[in-house]
Parts: sequence; structure tokens; C-alpha cells
Amino acid sequence: MNTYANEARRRMKNKVILSIITVLALLPAVPLFLILFQLFKEGLSSLSLDFFLHLPAPPGEPGGGIANAIVGTFIIVGLAVLIGVPLSIMAGIYLSEYGRDCKLAEVIRVSADVLQGVPSIVIGIVAYAWIVKPLGHFSALSGSVALALMMIPVVVRTTEEVLRLVPNILREASLALGVPYWRTVLKVVLPTGLVGVTTGILIAIARIAGETAPLLFTAFGNQFMALNPMEPMNALPLVIFNYATSPYADWWRQAWGASLVLIIMVLSLNIVSRILARRIAGEK
Amino acid sequence: MVEKKISRQAKYDVIFRHLSTGTGILIILLVVGVFITLVIESWPSIKAFGLRFLWTSTWDPITLEFGALPFLVGTILTSLLALVMAVPFALAGAIFLGELAPPKIAQVISFVIELLAGIPSVIYGLWGLFYLVPTVRFFQLKIGVPPYGLGLFTASLILALMILPYAMSVARDVISLVPRDLKEAAYGLGATRWETIRHVILPYARSGILAGIVLALGRALGETMAVTMVIGNRSAMPHSIWDLANTMASVIANEFTEATEDVHLAALVEIGLLLFIITVIVNLITRIIIVRTKVQ
Repeated sequence: MNTYANEARRRMKNKVILSIITVLALLPAVPLFLILFQLFKEGLSSLSLDFFLHLPAPPGEPGGGIANAIVGTFIIVGLAVLIGVPLSIMAGIYLSEYGRDCKLAEVIRVSADVLQGVPSIVIGIVAYAWIVKPLGHFSALSGSVALALMMIPVVVRTTEEVLRLVPNILREASLALGVPYWRTVLKVVLPTGLVGVTTGILIAIARIAGETAPLLFTAFGNQFMALNPMEPMNALPLVIFNYATSPYADWWRQAWGASLVLIIMVLSLNIVSRILARRIAGEK
Repeated sequence: MVEKKISRQAKYDVIFRHLSTGTGILIILLVVGVFITLVIESWPSIKAFGLRFLWTSTWDPITLEFGALPFLVGTILTSLLALVMAVPFALAGAIFLGELAPPKIAQVISFVIELLAGIPSVIYGLWGLFYLVPTVRFFQLKIGVPPYGLGLFTASLILALMILPYAMSVARDVISLVPRDLKEAAYGLGATRWETIRHVILPYARSGILAGIVLALGRALGETMAVTMVIGNRSAMPHSIWDLANTMASVIANEFTEATEDVHLAALVEIGLLLFIITVIVNLITRIIIVRTKVQ
């Protein structure tokens, strides 16, 4: 009789706690979906063809756009990829092909982890000290260096992980044919892991494309169209920050529009990279 | 002829090896370079204020007297408050996704969460500024505190939202690693689902969950844009969680381009140096926890 009551109590407790957990788990979805919903609602109303094709207008004047910021984001991120990716892939090759179990490789791995954890604003300070200060002016290039610093750890680690998955049989087959090791790495190992490396690069780009803090005192922003990487340049995150914190309702609307453009870029990069990642997982 | 070719290829092999080793070493140099740069650039401030920088709370760009205590307090307060708010939800979410939800549904939800984790922080800031701030102001009017809307509490709230996916996905991963045998043994002994979670799964996943929380803390400490946009940017010691304040990251974001005096700039870089040291320590702790777990 007693054990029966005890069991009922335990079952009851189980039900109550599991429902609490479910409610707690689903509750945060509300604000997160509110963000997306309001972003689309506010953003869509400010999108127009002019918004994509025109330069920013002074506050109060209608019809301004963010053409320079879209172009700027592509240039700054593109340069960051050019700077960061070759370095990261080479370092990843070292970790996977030459340094599987050595002290130096372990130090490099820890360094990559540390670099990944450095707050983006601190990266901005460093890029300022390295490039803006010696040159004497803000430039898109300094922004790209900051973003490259942020993407390097991501690409290094994914490259290593992906190349490690390439079966040794492939390396041995290539070496047995008399192909030197460096060509084996570049022509056999790297192409086999190419989808994975690309995924890592896309994830890294998605991560840096929306970064604002490292650009505040490097690329700085620019009201005009700038194509020269040695000049200050506008970028989508900078527009969002500057317009959102301005006192003009007109600019707030444009900040929502710019956010929508940015989020679509970032989300599609993320989705493409997940699909690629899933394809690799399927191949295994 | 052939021998020449072979010896040339052997030379390329050596070059390639050195090149890749060199880029690997470059990663180490980058981290060391970041640290050295921060020390050099903050030297005028280190020399002028010494250790006093850490516990004085005057921040005055006019008399050039700088102390970082208000920002240290701001950063620690917002991050801890955000953790307190986020952890129960993150843990519940991880248990729900790892144990309770059907795998198909859990997979879809996890995918959405990962996408949400990718939303740039400036967009969280924009949303916070135009939706969260008015909401908080409404509640502040109700409970009778100064209705700024902005402030420490609002910043913590938005931080909590931002770090939630991180803490949750790490915790979910470890929970799903708990061996089936253990769980089935518990069920076999007649344990309820909750009892299995409480006495088998959570103890087993404890250190992994902890690692996720520390990782989320690292994120919160360095988070800049969203916080800068909603914290109110007041460089004085906060007295309550409703006060306008500044964190280490937000004061740098706000004042760096406006600083005209060398000491002011150096003081801002020194805050960056402190932030760097704190986040490195936090990340190393995470690493140690993870390595320990793997050893187990």
C-alpha cells in the first residue's frame, strides 16, 4: 500500500518536472522568433530598388540607399578571405600532415583557440595599432586584417579536422606511385577534403560578415562610394550601428533594411555550409 | 636526368614542409603579437596609473585621471547576470533536445538554434534598442525605478539571449554522448525518466555542461555591439542593476575614435589588454575542463 503511494508520487514528480523542463526549453524561442519576425516586418518596408542602388542621403532627404555599404562589405570581407584563407590552409596542412603528435602542433592548436576567444573589439584595437596608426588614416585594409585575424582560427581548425579524415591509403597510394609528399598533399589530400575546407571557410565568412566591433576604428565608415582599400570604407554592420544610434527616424528605418540584407547574407551562408557539412557526413 | 628530378622534388618537399611549419608558427606569433601590441600601446597608461588602474573608479578624460573599476564591475555584473538568466533555460533546452524530444524534431530545432547563434550582435543591438528598451522601460515604470529603459539590466537580458544557444548546444552534445547502457540500466531498475536524468545523465555530463557555461561566459565578457547599444554608456560606478553603465568592451567602442589625448587612448587599450587576459584565462579553463573530460 505504502509503496504504491510512493510510486504514484514519483510518477507525479516525474510528470511535473518534465513539463517544467519542456516549458523552460521552449520559452526562449519566443524572443528569438520575435527578433526574426520584427526584423522582417521592419526591414521589408524599407527595401526598394533605390535602397540597393543609391548612396546614403543626408537625414531628412528621402531616397537614400546603402549601395556603398553593400559594396564595402564585399570588398572588406573579400580581402579578409584573401589574407586569411591561404595562411589558414597552410597552417591546417601543417597540423594534419606534419604535426599530428608533436609539442609545437599542440602549442599552435592552443594559440588558435586563444585567438578565437579574443574579443572582437580587442582585435580591432590591434588592427588599429598595426595598420591605421603607421599609415595615419583609417582604411578598408585594416578592417580586412582585423576580420582575417578572426577567421584564421576557424579555418585552421576545420582544415586540420577535415584533412585528418582523409584515409591514409590515399596518401600511400599516391606516394607509391612516386608522387612527392608535397604534391600528394596538394593534389590528393587537399582536393579530397575540399568540400570540408570550403564549409569551414563559409562558416568563417558568415561569422565575420556581421562583425561590427573590429571595423569601428579600422574601416571606420564612409558616406561615399569607396573602392580603394586604402581609404575608409563603409560596411553593412557599420551602417546598422551608426544609423540605429542616430536621432533620425529615417535612418532607423534604413538600419532595419540594412539588417535584413545582412541577415539574409549571413543566414544563407550558414545554411549552405550546413548542407555541405551534411553531405560530407553522408559520404562517410 | 631522373636523379636530378628526384633530388629537386626532395628539395621541394623540404621547402613545402618548412613553409607549412612556418605558417603554423605564424599563428603562435600572431597571438604573442596581439599581447605585445596591447602592452606597448597601453604603456603610457600602465606607467601613469600602475595597479591603481584596477581599483579606482574615476574616469575623467578632462583631468586625464583614469581608473577601470566601473567597467570591470559593469562587465562582470552583466556577464554573471546574463549567465544566471540563461543557464536554467539552456539546461532545460539541452535536456529537452537530448532526451525528451523525438530525434527528428530535436534535429530541426537544433538547426534553427545554430542559425540563431549566427545572428550578428549588431542586429541583436538594433532589436534591443527599439523593442527591448521600451519593454523594459514599461516594467520600470510599473515597479517604480528610474525608467531609463537602457542600462545594466537590459544589457544582461540581451546578453542572456545571445549566449543561450552556445551554452545549450554544448550541453546538448554532452547529454547525447551519455552511453545508452547507463540510461537503460537506470530504467531497468525502475527509475522514472526524471530520476534517470537527475541521477545518471546530469552527473555524467556535468563537466561538459560546465565547459559550455564557461564558454558562454567567455562570449558574454567580450560581447561588444549589442551591449554598447543598450547599456546607456555612463562611465561611472553603477549602484543598481537599473543604472546606466558601461562595460569594458562598450567603453572602448564608444571612446576609442574620440580619444585625443595619448593617455586616454592608452587607458582604453589597457582595458582591452585586461579583457584579453580575462578571456584567455576563461578559454584556458574551458580547455582544461574539456581535456579532463576526454581523459575520463
